Amino acid sequence: MSGIASAEIGAQVLSRTFPAITRHRLALYCGASGDHNPIHVDIDFAKASGFPDVFAHGMLAMAWLGQAITDAVSPERLRSFSARFVAITQLGAELTCTGTLAEVTERNGERVAFLELRAVDQNGDVKLAGEAVVAI
Amino acid sequence: MVDRSAIGRSFEPTFASVEPGRLRFFLQTIGEENPAIIEDGTPKTIPPTYLFCLEMMDAPDPFVFLKELDIDLGRVLHGDQSFEYHAPVGIGDRLTYRSRVGDVFDKKGGALTFVIQSTEVENQRGEKVASMRRTIVVRNGEGTQ
Repeated sequence: MSGIASAEIGAQVLSRTFPAITRHRLALYCGASGDHNPIHVDIDFAKASGFPDVFAHGMLAMAWLGQAITDAVSPERLRSFSARFVAITQLGAELTCTGTLAEVTERNGERVAFLELRAVDQNGDVKLAGEAVVAI
Repeated sequence: MVDRSAIGRSFEPTFASVEPGRLRFFLQTIGEENPAIIEDGTPKTIPPTYLFCLEMMDAPDPFVFLKELDIDLGRVLHGDQSFEYHAPVGIGDRLTYRSRVGDVFDKKGGALTFVIQSTEVENQRGEKVASMRRTIVVRNGEGTQ
């Protein structure tokens, strides 16, 4: 926590790169998350729905973004977490999740930091853009 | 097809339990090894997005929200997701999810319909633990987008 508390506005306070997304990972995520939408694991269904192939659950990428946060911030200090799924995350995507310190302020009687979040693939394409508020 | 008449509609509550075994499976799936979350194979707390998963996991039909609004699963994309955390969730907690349709609006001349789902999560003691909001994007066009 001291990292964020002492960081300057605009500083990158978290960053983590995750393994390339495989079909196997999506199958496991389908079972482990309870999100059984076949569009993420069944290529026939994906094609019938107008997509060239299956693609990652947005919530898998958001889980990784969350992991990058809790690597830097104790989980019980997370007050809110949001993400916009800017673009579909394709198979093979290697996501790097980052967070920069946007603002430090008081809220509900505690000092909090606003973190600006991004998940970007190996080509530099933004897949998720989000925000987290953490108590510091 | 969903339209603005769905705004304000609420749904039967769904229930979920925070079970350590399947939480471990989730943590392994995302490669979580943070000792603040899992230590020696024993989950200590839930990771930030797991509340979203639990709602689908224990529901008799994980897509009941879409079905009741007559939305085709193959046409939906997740637009955005947010969590506000009000109180910690412990292993073994039993959670109740209450969802309603917050808003419905079209974009791109009706090619896309956005449905906002708001969900309140309460624990077995009746304490509010989290509020969630998601945007479901429905692709209304025909064929390949």
